[in-house]
Parts: sequence; structure tokens; C-alpha cells
Amino acid sequence: MPDQLFFAMEVAVNGLMAGVLYALVALGFVLIYKASGIFNYAQGVIALFAAMTLVGIMEGQVPFAHMINSTFGTKIHHFGWTIPGFVAIALTVGLMVLLAWAVQRFIFRHLVNQEPIILFMATIGLAYLLEGMGALMWGDQIKTINLGLPSGASIWVEDTTESWFGYGFFLARLDILATVIAAALVMALMIFSQYSKHGRALRAVADDHQAALSVGISLNFIWILVWSIAGFVALVAGIVWGASSGVQFSLSLIALKALPVLMLGGFTSIPGAIVGGLIIGVGEKLFDFFMNPIIGGATENWFAYVLALIFLVFRPQGLFGEKIIERV
Amino acid sequence: MFYREAGDFKTSYSNDSQTFPIKFDRYRYYFVLFVAFAILPFILTDYWAGRILGPFLVFSIAAIGLNILTGYCGQVSLGTGGFMAVGAYSCFKFMTGVDIWYPAVCEGSRILFFWCSGDATYEIWFQLPPLNILLSILMAGVITAAVGVFFGLPSLRIKGFYLAVATLAAQFFLIWLFNSASWFYNFSATGQITAPDTFVFGTQVTGAETKPWALYMICLVFAVGCAWIARNLTRGTVGRTWMAIRDMDIAAEIIGVNPLKAKLTAFAVSSFFIGIAGALLFSVVSGSAEAGDVFGIQTSFQVLFIIIIGGLGSIFGSFAGAAFIVLLPVALRVIGTDLLGWPSDLVEHFQFVIVGGLIIFFLIVEPHGLAQLWRLAKEKLRLWPFPY
Repeated sequence: MPDQLFFAMEVAVNGLMAGVLYALVALGFVLIYKASGIFNYAQGVIALFAAMTLVGIMEGQVPFAHMINSTFGTKIHHFGWTIPGFVAIALTVGLMVLLAWAVQRFIFRHLVNQEPIILFMATIGLAYLLEGMGALMWGDQIKTINLGLPSGASIWVEDTTESWFGYGFFLARLDILATVIAAALVMALMIFSQYSKHGRALRAVADDHQAALSVGISLNFIWILVWSIAGFVALVAGIVWGASSGVQFSLSLIALKALPVLMLGGFTSIPGAIVGGLIIGVGEKLFDFFMNPIIGGATENWFAYVLALIFLVFRPQGLFGEKIIERV
Repeated sequence: MFYREAGDFKTSYSNDSQTFPIKFDRYRYYFVLFVAFAILPFILTDYWAGRILGPFLVFSIAAIGLNILTGYCGQVSLGTGGFMAVGAYSCFKFMTGVDIWYPAVCEGSRILFFWCSGDATYEIWFQLPPLNILLSILMAGVITAAVGVFFGLPSLRIKGFYLAVATLAAQFFLIWLFNSASWFYNFSATGQITAPDTFVFGTQVTGAETKPWALYMICLVFAVGCAWIARNLTRGTVGRTWMAIRDMDIAAEIIGVNPLKAKLTAFAVSSFFIGIAGALLFSVVSGSAEAGDVFGIQTSFQVLFIIIIGGLGSIFGSFAGAAFIVLLPVALRVIGTDLLGWPSDLVEHFQFVIVGGLIIFFLIVEPHGLAQLWRLAKEKLRLWPFPY
């Protein structure tokens, strides 16, 4: 086979890997949307916030150091200790649960029965709040995550494909690990929602709020639970994204791409989020590969959105979404 | 006290549909116009015109535009920044003269008359003379309206959140287009567009030597004109069909509202205003622009916040929200940098936190924004000394 074709295949496989990351962010959206009908725009920023918090805790940064220094003229920045990764992750998860509680208690409890679009705008406000808060707490410079995640190309893949096709495929080891993590996460979520008590309650709430209430499921608890899970998923996404391109503000913009992923897959479907993520990941890489010589680079900025838009015109509910039935 | 009336004594339709049914309101409105047109231009400084009143008026126009689409017609759009960029770049092209090139010597095959597949030497085939600035701004509005209708077409099939995300496609695609196709910025090396010096009745209105009052007056005339058009459109047939679509599109369809016409006119009128705002922001207020910086997704959100804080479906709210969003960073800068001595990046982060917090606060306490607070205050004032 010609080299060009192999190259295209390599691009496609790398696109799949990027798609996994989009799917990870999209997963958090779907969870919240199904359980509470809130279209959580802030998911990407939560991922950024979680990753920043993780790095901050690991490196023993003093929260709000910049603000304290500017106000009181002190020069504090670190506590002087470092915390091992697993402890830091546990602490961050704890913080995410706290955040979930706060979001539920101070925002959405007061917005019960509002129109979905109002809830959506509230999450935009939340996104701004968290973005500013993250920068205030941990500073806005680019950070690196030192969790010991592998980096660089996978030699094994390159050698194997070299011996099979005579063309060595380039695959980042981090991407492979990300795929494994994502698969594990989806499996865990599936087992949780199929076999555990709270998981079943969660599905019941997703199905019908009132019916769930009437059999004695606490909506409040479920909503905190689902925001916590979404926070955890966001943390995983933040770690993986952050490890590959550094923890920085643009992370929340990349995470915005989870939106077209969702539109493609359907807002209510977890498999949809994954398939949508893969389609968009492969699509944008291949589009860039073929169209770059003709129309120039940076098409990843818009390709996902335009693809989703064109797709939606033909199938408004997305690939796996529930059929939209309109009643008067 | 202020509002002396003891009931509804209207006897004709024209009385009933007045914009300012209460005399006090009417005089207040004339008073505000008088101050804005006859007093402010004489006391303006550069800072006030260029940093506060100019952006305030421009963002008011953009907010009126988005309010027509989101507040009156119920179609949420996150593409405002992109449409403002269309306004800015088409204004720039009209101001400098629209040029069309063709490959004079084409090595490859000539696919379209202006596009050659191989190496080519290009020559100008056609060039419009530079248009007057006022005409350029209006034409920018028209072009943006056309682009808006094009991106509004999917709204017939896609609704709600799906549409909101679909408008993001417009945002990102348009910004990418203006950054990568060098024709739009006249092949300049920096990728920036810079407004040339232009004159209205012999007074310079764009360029470095513009007097603050000229800048302010151009923005004011457009803002008042847009507000007047918007107010009169929204209380007429067109506005009522928009509101019918917003309140319940299927029901509206059943009583005979044509959704195609209603939605597309909303997109067209809204984009027209947004385009004018973009053109003014680029040419008159800031003088130069780069698509990604000035018209990025942050701008889309800024305008969305203006209409949420100001009040969805209210022209007054657009002005109130714009004043709020424009003044907030200024006020924070004064407090944070000058009083507390904080560095500017810290103040900027604080601004994010406060804006986000305020959005949530407003949605919880008063989902209809400042306009509703104003309305409530007026209701109270009507009965003020002797409430029942």
C-alpha cells in the first residue's frame, strides 16, 4: 500500500484517540443532562478547575496566594510540601463532591421549575465563576501534571506495525492509556448504574422525575450524586488532557468541543457520547489532513461544529438520542 | 407622586399602544435624549467617549439585536461575536473598496474565474470605489443579515440547546474564515484590519485624529435609530409573530404564524443590528481589530450576559445591561487597581468571578433582569404615597 494511505490511517487512528478525550468530557454532560435536565455548559471548566486543583494540591500551593500577597504585601506561594498523586486525587474528588453539593444547594435548588434555557444560562454563569475562581486560587500560568503518566510514542506499536506493513505507526502512549482509562470509566459507570442501588435510583430519576419522587427517591441526593460523578469524570478528563497539553485556560475551550460531540450522539445517550466523540475526533483529523493544502490549517476550530450542524439538519435528535416528540 | 393617574382611561387603540403611556415617562425620555444629544457631546473627554460611552452604545446595539432573536423570538444564539466580525470585516471591505481578483496568468486549470488550481499571477478584475462610512456601516448590516439568515436556516429543524450549539458553528467558522482568508483583511501582513480616515459632512469620524464627540455622535445616532426601529418592530405584526413563536412554536404554527418567515426575519433583523454594532466597534470605537481577539466567543457571551442581566425581551433592558457590563470592569479596575493596589491580572480574574456570580444571582432572584426591577419600581411609584 502507498505511504500516503498509511499516513491517512495513522491520522485516523490518532483522531480516534483524540475522540476518546472528547467523549470523556461529553460523558459528564450526558450524566447531568439525563438526571436533571440541566445542559451543563460548565463541564469543560469543571474539568479545568479539577485539574488545576489537583496540581495545586500536589505541589502544595497556597490557595489564593496571589491575592493574599497583593493585599498584605506578603510573599507566600507554597506550603513547602508535596503530596503523592493518589492522596491528591482523593482530596480533589472530595473537593468535587463539595462543589457538587454547593452547586446543588446554592444554585439549582433555587432554580427548580425554571425553564431549561434559564438553567443553561445559569451554568454559563457557573462556568465564569469557576474559571475566575480557579485562576484566583491557583494562578493562571500553564501547569504540568506530574502523575507519572507515560509520554512519548509507543515503541511497541511502531515496531509491530513496522514489521506488519513496513510502516511504523506513531501512537502516543498517553493516548493509549487514555483509551484504556476511558473504557474502564465507562464500564465502571455502567456497572454502577445497572447493579447498585443508587445507580438504579439514578436511572429512575433520569426516566421520570415525578415517578422517582413518588417511590421515595430523594431527588436532592441524586442530583448531588450525579454532579459528583460528573465532577469525577471531569477530573479524569482534566488529568488526561492536562497531561497531554498542560493545564491551561484553553482546556476549557477544547472541552467545548464536547458540545458538538453530544449533538452528534444525542444528549441523552452514553454510547452516543462515545461514538460521537470518535466520529468527531477522526473526522476533524482527516478533514485537516486532506483539506489543509487547499484551504489552510486550524480547521479543527470549527469542523466539529459544522459537522454536527449539518448532521442535525437531517436528524435533529442526534444519532442515538430519544426521538423528539412535540405535543401541544 | 411622580405618576399621577388613578386608573386606565384610554379610549383609543393608539393611546393603548403608546410606548410611553405615562406623561412623566415621556418627558423623562425626551430629557434623556436632550442630555445625550445636546449636552454630553460638549463635555466628553477622550476616555469617556472611547472607553465608556462608545462601547456602551455599541454593545447596546448588539444587545438589542440579540434580544430580538433570543428575548423576542426565543432562539438562543451563541454566535454573536462571529456576526459582529462579519459586520466589522464587511464594513472594512466597503470602506476600502471591495476588490475582486482573477488569475491573469494561470499555470494550472482555471476552475473558477477567480480561482486557479496551479501557480498564478493575480490582477484586480473589479474594484468598487470606497464607500462613505455611514453607507459602509449600513451595508455591513445588510451583509450580516444575509449571513445571519444563512446560519438561521437550520433553526427551522433544530430547536433549543441544539440550536444554541449549532450557532457556535457560525462563531468558530466565521472567525476562522476571517483569520485565514487574507482577502478579508486586504492581504495586510499583520492580519489586522485598520480603519482608514473617513469623514461625515467634513468631520472626521474614523482614524486616529477623531474628536471624541464625533465618535460619540455616530454611535449615538445609530443606537437611537436601532432602538427606535426595534421598538416599533417588536410591537407590530412582526414582533407579535416572533413572540408567538417564542412562547410556543407549535401553537403559533397552528394559529397561522409562518415559522419560516418569523424565524428568518428574526435572524435577519437581529443580525442586521449585530452587524452594525460590529462595524461601529471596529471602525469608529476602536479603529482596528483582529477577529479572534475582539470578536471571539467571549464577546458572544458578553452580549448574552447583557441581555440576561438587562432583561430578556426588553429594549430598555438592553441599554441597562450594556451599561452594567461596560461599567463593571471599569468600576472593578478603579476599586481593585487604584484603591487596593492589586495587579491587573488579579482584577481580571475577580471580574470573571463577579460576572459569573451576578449572572447566577440575577437568574435566581430576578430572571427578567434589570428591566423587570425597573418595571416593579415604577409600579410601586405609581401608588407610592398611598398604596392600597
